[in-house]
Amino acid sequence: MSVKEKQEKFKKEVTIRFSGDSGDGIQLTGSQFTSTIAISGFDLSTFPDFPSEIRAPAGTVSGVSGFQIHFGSKAIHTPGDSCDVLVVMNAAALKANLKSLKTGGIIIANSDGFHKRDLSLAQYPVDATPLQDAKDSGYTVIEIDVTRLTRESLKDTGLPNKDIDRSKNMFVLGVLYWLYSRPLEPTVSFIQKKFKKKPLIAEANVRALNDGYTFGIATELFSERYNVEAAPIEPGTYRNITGNDATSLGIAAVAKNSGVPVFLGSYPITPASEILQYLSGLKHYGVTTYQAEDEIAAIASAIGASYGGSLGVTTSSGPGIALKSEAITLAVMLELPLVIVNVQRAGPSTGLPTKTEQSDLLQALYGRAGETPLVVVSPASPAECFSITYEACRIAVEHMIPVMVLTDGYIANGSEPWKLPKKSELKPFRFRFAKADEQSDSQTPFLPYKRDDNLVRPWAIPGTKGLEHRIGGLEKQHETGHISYDPDNHQLMTELRKEKRDNIAKVIPGQEMDEGSDSGKLLVVGWGSTYGAIKSAVTDVREEGCDVSYLHIRHLSPFPANLGDMLRRFERILVPELNQGQLVKLLRDTYLVPAEGYNRIRGVPFTVAELREKITETYNRS
Amino acid sequence: MERLLHELFTDTKDFYQTTRTMSAKQSTKTAPTNGNLKGKDFASDQDVRWCPGCGDYTILKQVQTLMPKLGVPRENIVFVAGIGCSSRFPYYMNTYGLHGIHGRATAIATGLKASRPDLSVWVTTGDGDCLSIGGNHFIHLLRRNLDINILMFNNEIYGLTKGQYSPTSHVGHVTKTSPMGSLDSPFNPLTLALGANGSFVARAIDRDPKHLQEILERSAGHKGTSFLEIYQNCVVFNDGAFQPWTDKERKSNNSIYIYDEKPLVFGKEDEYGIRLDGHKPEIVDLRSNEWSVNDLWVHDEKDRNKAFILSRFFEDNWVEGAFPRPFGVLLAEERATYEDLLHRQIAAAKERLGEPGLEDLLSGEETWEVR
Repeated sequence: MSVKEKQEKFKKEVTIRFSGDSGDGIQLTGSQFTSTIAISGFDLSTFPDFPSEIRAPAGTVSGVSGFQIHFGSKAIHTPGDSCDVLVVMNAAALKANLKSLKTGGIIIANSDGFHKRDLSLAQYPVDATPLQDAKDSGYTVIEIDVTRLTRESLKDTGLPNKDIDRSKNMFVLGVLYWLYSRPLEPTVSFIQKKFKKKPLIAEANVRALNDGYTFGIATELFSERYNVEAAPIEPGTYRNITGNDATSLGIAAVAKNSGVPVFLGSYPITPASEILQYLSGLKHYGVTTYQAEDEIAAIASAIGASYGGSLGVTTSSGPGIALKSEAITLAVMLELPLVIVNVQRAGPSTGLPTKTEQSDLLQALYGRAGETPLVVVSPASPAECFSITYEACRIAVEHMIPVMVLTDGYIANGSEPWKLPKKSELKPFRFRFAKADEQSDSQTPFLPYKRDDNLVRPWAIPGTKGLEHRIGGLEKQHETGHISYDPDNHQLMTELRKEKRDNIAKVIPGQEMDEGSDSGKLLVVGWGSTYGAIKSAVTDVREEGCDVSYLHIRHLSPFPANLGDMLRRFERILVPELNQGQLVKLLRDTYLVPAEGYNRIRGVPFTVAELREKITETYNRS
Repeated sequence: MERLLHELFTDTKDFYQTTRTMSAKQSTKTAPTNGNLKGKDFASDQDVRWCPGCGDYTILKQVQTLMPKLGVPRENIVFVAGIGCSSRFPYYMNTYGLHGIHGRATAIATGLKASRPDLSVWVTTGDGDCLSIGGNHFIHLLRRNLDINILMFNNEIYGLTKGQYSPTSHVGHVTKTSPMGSLDSPFNPLTLALGANGSFVARAIDRDPKHLQEILERSAGHKGTSFLEIYQNCVVFNDGAFQPWTDKERKSNNSIYIYDEKPLVFGKEDEYGIRLDGHKPEIVDLRSNEWSVNDLWVHDEKDRNKAFILSRFFEDNWVEGAFPRPFGVLLAEERATYEDLLHRQIAAAKERLGEPGLEDLLSGEETWEVR
């Protein structure tokens, strides 16, 4: 059967999951496939799923690494609940991932990963035949002896088998490119760049890729080939981006664009480390990075830098934020700009470090000593990490206040196409450093806590003649900033700090409805990374005829000024969250609305199916 | 290290030359601004609220006296503190001041100095703040060697919380939290600082203000982290803790004032000396005919190994025949500062990679057009 005879099928959307041993290069395969798909103009969403162990024992289920991509010709909001195609490099990968394959889906298996020893490592029974079982259960199983074919393809390169076997993933990628009618060039140029100094390795990988593609043409294993149409996307220049990279670029853009130098003080922690890593290489863009000895030193150094006239930024995850909490209270008292990024992970304690959760919302708002109001914002998707982080920095500087950005492991590592913003789309920062003649003459001393109309105090940095002053964590007298134990003053200052934060509601964008009408029977409210799943579920149930509305909150403290009014126009409010019910508490507490939660806390994102079911059930409940 | 230095500077000599000229430039440029200021101009308008008789008063006075000598404009000086009696210090200085949180002054100061190398940054801290809750940041600041001056007031007690034992309290010390005697082996702060690769390590005492002034000046002049431990008497909770070195009768036999390139002598009439037998120090009586000054150990501030041996003179001076406690500069070593390396690295990156615009930053390696 020639390629012409193979039926070409058009599909609207496809979800593929690559899986194999953590040493199989699955993440690289996935990200290369993603780049090629993105360049072809599809909308897409990805979800890397890797073990927290760097190298778990080879061949075991705990060592399985996965990468899921969902792409298509319609707007894609999630990496997909389940996949249409499952690529497995060994038995353990099949065991770990079969449950995420749609009924009747396609398994592309490396048959060399299903020998006795592989089955035993994956803890299948001695006489198990998992591929045959899958066929019997209605899955389409395509077995390819990738190891043998790759060795065959590369036998005259002179490379030892150990090195040849490392190109197995490229062979598989070649097959997939054929299967989805995608070009090889982007990956070829990637390989040539990556192995510039090792031309032999580069050549081997390119050849494996090509031979994989040719194998697809020649083999009779596939009875059909797929072609997915590109999505209608807004015109512009795009790139593919993960949440952590977008957050990094948001910070770097501030350094480049705002006129405020940026100082990042951080300590490595999963899943936030990539931000420190990325920014460490961007020193020429004006970001100063500093890897501190611990979480506390990280934020303390950022505060020191803010005091000196930089924007101090620190990045971490829940357990690290807990360690930083005392320093955050200091920043609230000092009223200095500070940005704290919390890439949330599943907790408590060490919890599930590589898994996702939204359980730090109450920590962000309340998890500190004393009354310490700060600003909390949360992006809805990987690409949005850029704009939200940039906005967080702007609020911090213009309002002299700590701002916390809540992302999570899911959007931090997930990726999607991002339309590059123009320089003109980035708001300028309105700020200035205080000068001696503005507020005081030589007779009257400088008043470091004299506030403007927004209750913002001046940013008076060392090196400014005539403004020498002392500030600290002790309660300060209104305006003078001197230590004060006066009860009325403490009450006043506590209220001022809160009012200053609340005032920010006046300058942030008003809440908008994401889907549906402004009033009705059921409103779904979400925040953070659950956007994609909720959006898809709401779209689906609306298509089925349920008049459900959806709004997604990005400003969590303060809430947008019109939020209460919007909520009150609905009979019922459903708040799906990956925690035990945190936003729902805040909404009920703030607006006395009958909000109810839908809470999952399994370390994985919502599936669209479970949300659809819950929304429909809530809508139909009398 | 050498490779990195090589990348950032033509050679290490160039580096030290540069940093020296930089400091020199700074002082000549700025000296006139503050030339007419006196010590009292550095006193803030706040009432000083330490207990009457507290050793902190002397330290404050000596630091204020030192300030005009720095040749740094008042507005370029910042005092950073954590929590404790010592940490109220910034409020009393008419400079910029930041009173932070317990133990973190060194970390805050690191961020400040790294981002603002033009400032003269001082950390005032105590034995609890610096060595207990802040121990981690302290050792890391020393190894990184930012040009920050640490003044650690050691009173061997927690004063502000009213009398609990500290990491420098001696074994058996009876305090509120050790009514049956402390079991903790105390830190030897100077050995700790040397072990953390501190580049300047010194000791002074509140009761000898003249010597304190001298060592403060040396600390300020050191390019790199200077660590100065100041024995400071807490009149309320640990009065007399440093009596062996303040008591008129006993102090000369218990203390040794060390000076670079000078032999180690002590005693009322310099009648005792220290000699080295291999690496083993030994007290010798110069009045006997057996030893003369020429046999003695000559102090070398650049010798880290010998500084270690000196720092180990840490015996209980209530006991007869113990080694005398050294006062002065144990080690003063020239070593690259973190902020110089950092800013050199930034400059080198800009030179190597250029200063691309925002579009280059955002577009990354691969973009595509949708029309």
